[in-house]
Amino acid sequence: MGEYTLTRSEKRFIGWHLFVAIAALSIGSFYGPMQAFNYAGWNFYPTLRKWHIAQNYYQGLTLHGVLNAVVWTTFFITGFLTFNVIYGLRRPLKYPKLNALGFWMMVVGVLLASYAILANQASVLYTFYPPMKASWIFYLGLVLLVVGSWIEGYGFYFTLYEWKKQNPGVRTPFIAFASVATMVLWQLATLGVAIEALFMLLPWSLGWLEGIDVQVARTFFWWFGHPLVYFWLLPAYISWYGYLPRQAGGKLFSDTMARLAFWLFILLSVPVGFHHQFVDPGVAPAWKYIHALLTLSVVIPSMMTLFTVVASLEYAGIKRGGKGLLGWLAKLPWDDPVVAAQLLAGLLFIFGGIGGVVNASYNTNLILHNTAWVPGHFHLTVSTAVTLTFMGISYWLVPYLTGRELCCRKVALAQVYLWATGMAIFSQAMHSLGLLGAPRRTPLGEAPYVPPEWSGLLLRVGIGGIFLLTSVYMYVWIMAHTAFFGRKAEKPVEVQVAEPMRDVQLTPAWLDSWKPWIAGAVGLILIAYTPVLIDLLSHMVPVDAPKMKLW
Amino acid sequence: MTAHSTLIDRHERRWILISAALLASFAVLIGIAGFALGVQVPTLDRRVDPKKLNEDPMWSKPGVRELVPGRKYEVYLIAQTWQFVPREIVVPAGAKVTFYVTSRDIQHGFKVLDTDLNVQVIPGYVGKLSYTFKEPGEYKFICTEYCGLGHAAMSGVIKVVPPEEYTGSQ
Repeated sequence: MGEYTLTRSEKRFIGWHLFVAIAALSIGSFYGPMQAFNYAGWNFYPTLRKWHIAQNYYQGLTLHGVLNAVVWTTFFITGFLTFNVIYGLRRPLKYPKLNALGFWMMVVGVLLASYAILANQASVLYTFYPPMKASWIFYLGLVLLVVGSWIEGYGFYFTLYEWKKQNPGVRTPFIAFASVATMVLWQLATLGVAIEALFMLLPWSLGWLEGIDVQVARTFFWWFGHPLVYFWLLPAYISWYGYLPRQAGGKLFSDTMARLAFWLFILLSVPVGFHHQFVDPGVAPAWKYIHALLTLSVVIPSMMTLFTVVASLEYAGIKRGGKGLLGWLAKLPWDDPVVAAQLLAGLLFIFGGIGGVVNASYNTNLILHNTAWVPGHFHLTVSTAVTLTFMGISYWLVPYLTGRELCCRKVALAQVYLWATGMAIFSQAMHSLGLLGAPRRTPLGEAPYVPPEWSGLLLRVGIGGIFLLTSVYMYVWIMAHTAFFGRKAEKPVEVQVAEPMRDVQLTPAWLDSWKPWIAGAVGLILIAYTPVLIDLLSHMVPVDAPKMKLW
Repeated sequence: MTAHSTLIDRHERRWILISAALLASFAVLIGIAGFALGVQVPTLDRRVDPKKLNEDPMWSKPGVRELVPGRKYEVYLIAQTWQFVPREIVVPAGAKVTFYVTSRDIQHGFKVLDTDLNVQVIPGYVGKLSYTFKEPGEYKFICTEYCGLGHAAMSGVIKVVPPEEYTGSQ
């Protein structure tokens, strides 16, 4: 592949996505460690209240969840996918104004939702379970965020369609294909939460509905809630398949299997929501078991990814002079922040994957549902596999977009290792607490039932928090310094898209054909949800929020 | 090499087969545990209007009911902001206890530490789950779903007494 350069306005447009993402992270990540410190017995919330930074633990937790898990991810992802579509297809967006419209809608949505949370009118956490009722401004903000992201997605579709028309028979370049596939997954997933928000939460919060059925709302939420995690994860996979092999000095082991993995994720990531509802009364056990099986099937594309990524890295390590069974591992560029971030992300993700199998396994879930195990788990997935990879990506993408050199490479390297260490400490302690029965979403520093035996683990949660607080502000500082004060680069950053080992045209055509896979995904969703939804919708018990303010 | 033969690397094919076998064994094992050995997830007992719990013959007096002395008990438990009603439950060891759990207002969680009792408490729905406490002792139960400012203090205790000492649920 020869070089292709984005225009200044394209770079600026993608840069805006990253700016919002990192700004959200810089606020949301302040509160995460505050939770961890509360566990350890260092409760800063009285001080934060005095300073008007947060009224209480739950407002902080809501800010942490919404700004990090929703805003940081969605904006980073839409920005990164936009880059991949343009650079991968080597052409501009078909309708740049449409994408700009989508982006600004997302920004307005975030501002509205953030306003509601900061005004203490929406301390409902990032799952906003009814019948706790937030201000309508919060729900409207979420709707705009989702619809804006759909519009950006439509912009990708038009662009790919145009490219395909001009390049008949040519395999869609992997990074562009995988980015559009991620957007398709997102649009199937967000249908669930869009139904919940538009037909239930928003009209109810505006007073147009007297009550809503809570089990129905949960079911639509989790239709969305699980594929959401694949929407976070797949962009990291794009980097692991599409960039990392080259960044490490090798090639993509199999373009075919990379594509097949993406298709399997599209098929399998939506019809699995009941694995978040194993202990919900309103869903029959047989359906829960079916969703457990579908969830476990995701093991296949995950294991394929593990194989392909490790094989690509092994190739890179051998080319760098690695000998023996594991010699290649030591030869990888562990001192390059871009690569190290992704290697560490992948390494910790192995434990996230194993924990995920436990979560999904029907009755083993009884032990850990709603315990500290769960945030322990997803801090290995979304906060490490995904976030640490995104940090690694931004260490080359931000210099590319701004034309400035990455400031302080060594600090960046330290940042990456601190993050992985902090998450390992934090997560291990959270998993253990969960197995002992410690609930999630609870200021354990204040809970009267906490036995003294938990205190060692609670302390480790706090220590993990110190690492993470340090690391995240190192990251924000490096980003700000690079983007605004960095030295002008003498030559532009080379975009390191990985070449597959064999010609892409040898990848079978059925792996570059959208209709059958999307039809299959829709079919599976209908099978997995229709009978339960018919049952739930025909026996609804509308419930309203209590009159008193709960937070 | 033809394109076909390199569609999947042979090591990778083996790897996928092993993964699939692993997956199948998980599915069978959790299926056996759930449907044959009875390690089951909670089920729906019935729907109920949370506003009318006080008018319901069962829900107006939540607590323990003895069905078969020493053998079978049922517990009606209400979760509400920010307490469980009742907060203390006494049952004899070795008896099968069936819990019926619902909410008077918003979502809560009911989890008994050191057991696999765990249910999402949803207003409008009555969750049903059973357990046999083999050993006498005190089992704490806690609210595991965020329900507002008093959430962290929401807990209760199940006192499991030796059958010969059991004198009723108080």
